[in-house]
Amino acid sequence: MLVLSGIAIIIIGFALRVHPMLVVTLAAFASALAAGFGLLEVVELIGKAFVDARFMAVAWLALPMIGLLERAGLREKARALVQRLRRATTGRLLLGYLALRQITAAMGLTALGGHVQMVRPIVAPMAEGATNDGEPLDDETRDLVRANAAAVDNIGLFFGEDVFIAIGSILLIRAVMEQNGFVLAPLHIALWAIPTAIAAFLIHGARLLLLDRRLRRNSR
Amino acid sequence: MIGLDALGIAAGLLPAAVAVHHAMDRNSSTRWRNVVFWGAFATTLMAGPWLPNLVNGLLVLVMVAMAAWGLRPGPVSSTSDAERSALAERIGLRLFLPALCVPVVALAGTLLLPDGKVAGIALIDPKQVTLVSLAVAILIAFALAMRLTGAGRAVPAAEARRLTDAVGWAMVLPQMLAALGGIFTLAGVGTVVADGVAGVVPMTTPLVAVTLYCLGMALFTMVMGNAFAAFPIMTVGIGIPFVIQHFGGDPAAVVALGMLAGFCGTLMTPMAANFNIVPAAVLELRDRHAVIRVQTPTALILLIFNILLMAFVAFPGGPW
Repeated sequence: MLVLSGIAIIIIGFALRVHPMLVVTLAAFASALAAGFGLLEVVELIGKAFVDARFMAVAWLALPMIGLLERAGLREKARALVQRLRRATTGRLLLGYLALRQITAAMGLTALGGHVQMVRPIVAPMAEGATNDGEPLDDETRDLVRANAAAVDNIGLFFGEDVFIAIGSILLIRAVMEQNGFVLAPLHIALWAIPTAIAAFLIHGARLLLLDRRLRRNSR
Repeated sequence: MIGLDALGIAAGLLPAAVAVHHAMDRNSSTRWRNVVFWGAFATTLMAGPWLPNLVNGLLVLVMVAMAAWGLRPGPVSSTSDAERSALAERIGLRLFLPALCVPVVALAGTLLLPDGKVAGIALIDPKQVTLVSLAVAILIAFALAMRLTGAGRAVPAAEARRLTDAVGWAMVLPQMLAALGGIFTLAGVGTVVADGVAGVVPMTTPLVAVTLYCLGMALFTMVMGNAFAAFPIMTVGIGIPFVIQHFGGDPAAVVALGMLAGFCGTLMTPMAANFNIVPAAVLELRDRHAVIRVQTPTALILLIFNILLMAFVAFPGGPW
């Protein structure tokens, strides 16, 4: 039972808003020590796992390019582009991005999107530009619009990609089931992702249209 | 062959450049903290595979200490509003090209070189084709952006530092969480959780078993930050023995929807840092839980939908 102390540290740490890096490190030490690993062993385990996961850092290489474009006014351009469309609202624009992200992810094109490459330079400025006639936003509204842009990217990805038969999660499902004596066809698994994909679009789409109402109320 | 080691070296160039930029900046209030943090990160990425695990672990702990102590971004001169609109006016819509070229080139590489062979030579590790394509795409987009904007040679490093500082330690957090996930697995956290859930609640009807499986997937995903880590544990612990074997649920529907219940959990947890905490940093939000707050209502409604859907489609005779 003591190995669960790591989970307790995480829940309490995040709830109290302790620095996430510190919370994660303490949780790793607590659970590993409880499981009988030595102090130096834990440091070694952290070092090895951290280095093994270094592929995660590749996407950050886009930052200098994004920085160059922002310096040349990319975000202002994205904002201005949307302001020319009179019927565009934040909710409708994000609804369109949600559909695009879900459909492309369902075709296996999960790289078309992402917070660094797509949301910060293009989607978020457009969503900001589509609010009240392009007047500058107060901090609270701006953060709300940006958080919604980030959320749409996640929801579209998660509930689109599982419809594609060769995606990591389907392969994992198949492998785990095969180890336990069930042979499942990838297509069969992927088909069961479709109802939830549609539900995700309807539920989050409705919330995006409600966001428009909230933004209109705020601007008055 | 181009594989993970080469990718690590490429990825390390960014924090290395940022560390050097900080070292030369006399105005920053946390100059050496920043240098040590980004220098340690660059070292683990570039030299990690050749260093002893203990050294890598200590470098990680140094990063944690620097981050907890506080990394403050120093001021970097960028363009003014007026300069930006003038530049944007001149370059026009072509400004979108580099950003859009990244996914297109990355995709083309993945589709055209599925086995990593170029002209019959095994050039790229087949397991890393997607990431190598992404790195090459970013390089091409970078060259394009340099040409389009006509920026000077010192500009990319300054811009890289401006954005890297804005993201800060959140850049390192996904790798920290991957390490934590590995340690939780080694420590046997998952089996304790699955046994606990299955032991506490009596499995009287399919609906109870389905609800426990889906809630277990969502909650354990929230703890691990990753549905992939929760899936084998919950499925072997609850999904297969109870939902599928004891009550006779349809296997494909049960596991497909079980995974999606886990995805609902991903939307609600700071542990899924690259989806929830990193974007808050990338978009410079004041509240680092703002994205989670937006996603939670959708995730909860969708989780209930998933439970009901599984109960009815996996048990055509009714889940009672």
